[in-house]
Amino acid sequence: MRYTLLLHYPEMDAASLSEEAMAEGQRAFASYAATLHQAGVLLGAEILQPSSNTTTLTLADGVLHVQDGPFADTKEQLGGTFVIEVLDLDAAIEWGRLAPSIEWGSVEVRPGALFTVDGAWRPNT
Amino acid sequence: MNAQEARTAAERTARASYGRLLALLAASTGDLAQAEDALSAAFEQALISWPSDGVPANPEAWLLTVARNRQRDSWKSAYNRAFAPLDTTGELRRDAMAADVVEVDVDAIADKRLELLFVCTHPAIDPAVRTPLMLQTVLGFDAARIGAVFNAPATAMAQRLVRAKKRIKEARIPFVVPSRQDMPGRLSAVLEAIYGCYAIAWVGEFLENGGVGDASDAGGVAAADDLRGEAHYLAMTLAQLLDNEAEAWGLAALIAFSLARVPGRLEPAEPGRDRRFRPLEEQDTALWDAALIADGDACLRRAVPVAVPGRFQLEAAIQAVHCARARSGLTDWTALRTLYAALVAVAPSLGAQVALASVIGRVENPEAGLTAMGAIAAGEPAWVRAAVERFQPFHAARAELLARAGRPAEASAEFTAAAFMTHEPAVRHYLVNRAEIG
Repeated sequence: MRYTLLLHYPEMDAASLSEEAMAEGQRAFASYAATLHQAGVLLGAEILQPSSNTTTLTLADGVLHVQDGPFADTKEQLGGTFVIEVLDLDAAIEWGRLAPSIEWGSVEVRPGALFTVDGAWRPNT
Repeated sequence: MNAQEARTAAERTARASYGRLLALLAASTGDLAQAEDALSAAFEQALISWPSDGVPANPEAWLLTVARNRQRDSWKSAYNRAFAPLDTTGELRRDAMAADVVEVDVDAIADKRLELLFVCTHPAIDPAVRTPLMLQTVLGFDAARIGAVFNAPATAMAQRLVRAKKRIKEARIPFVVPSRQDMPGRLSAVLEAIYGCYAIAWVGEFLENGGVGDASDAGGVAAADDLRGEAHYLAMTLAQLLDNEAEAWGLAALIAFSLARVPGRLEPAEPGRDRRFRPLEEQDTALWDAALIADGDACLRRAVPVAVPGRFQLEAAIQAVHCARARSGLTDWTALRTLYAALVAVAPSLGAQVALASVIGRVENPEAGLTAMGAIAAGEPAWVRAAVERFQPFHAARAELLARAGRPAEASAEFTAAAFMTHEPAVRHYLVNRAEIG
């Protein structure tokens, strides 16, 4: 069963974050990814750039709107995702609580519905 | 055998085995809704087959086999549907597909109700729906009956239950007993949900008639008694399945002792008069249920704490002291003080604090009790003070202390305040009387 761990946390800019704290965070995420990989549960992961670099597209009355900034301007933003393959929700929760960002944000554990293999959809089981 | 006898046999089996069969059917698939459908189809089949064929030697095994066949049929059709692109409805789990469907000896299979209890109270399930879910899956209550108990429309309750079951299946909440390491938090969720079932019986009894009318209304009391009995059954089942969890035995004991005293709460019925409320100290112990008290004592002896006794063990011990009056004729107030002090330390609820102040008033003198009450009312933070204002037991207990302290005018005002805050007509009547005496 595939679950996606959605990491939400308040965004910090490089200016307010010390170099030391940044390095510490990177070390924690490196070790987290390595642990997931060694356990054979990691399918893929992505850490996103800050939402100040995001562009949101909407279509209104057939006209494309390209907008600077995130879809919803909230205090916490989606900062990264980890896709894992485990037996059940309890196992997914176990991995979710080890995500380093849980120290400063929330981790959403979302079961997958479909995923693609060679461009074709497969149900998640 | 006629249809009526078959119905009786099916109902007896349902009463004894519903939760056990449902847990077995759902454990391998995680699909409670489908297991419920399969089981109810099996019960319907029983009502058709048993009158002509007779009740099978092992009705449970018969029902389980028929229900499993039903499940297999539904997997087959789901499997066929699954070939349609993008259709994930009725997605099946391979282990369930592979399960052999044969005539089985139900008693030889491990009981899965414990796993089911932990699923119903999983942290990923909304706390408000945990007790209803337990009532439905373990005891087979329908949504209308649960809705009546929780004072919610049947359709709304049905929706909440459907949503919870969908979540269990689709997010794949596993049917497992949590590890020792996870046990404390997970166990207390199960205990809370069972205690909630017991507590709601008291509320439901008076809400059923909108809080007005006679509490001795036969229907309401029967429904509430019934539900209290079910809570007792759930607590006993949990304690026995877990075997050596002190708090589970504590809860079973607490419910047994509380149930034992129910017949003494109201005066015996007299024609032309509502049954009057009797406070604990004035209750006729001969009306208490001696067998349930013995049950409670036995459970409490099984509750051997690992370290510090937990909340339910302490509450059970407090009830045991009250119930001991049936044998000794006396209430050991000093023991109650020790137990309430421990309870306030372990689980500092407003109720426990008020009870402790009240007991201090008995062990020392009414003024000491009033001082302790004053300390609660002056408590921090501010929400405690606001909560005290609206907390009926605080005013009732304070009124009693004021009366004992020989301050009738103040006692009268507090009895009146307490009377206004109660939903139960018999209790309100009692408090209004006390207000008149002062």
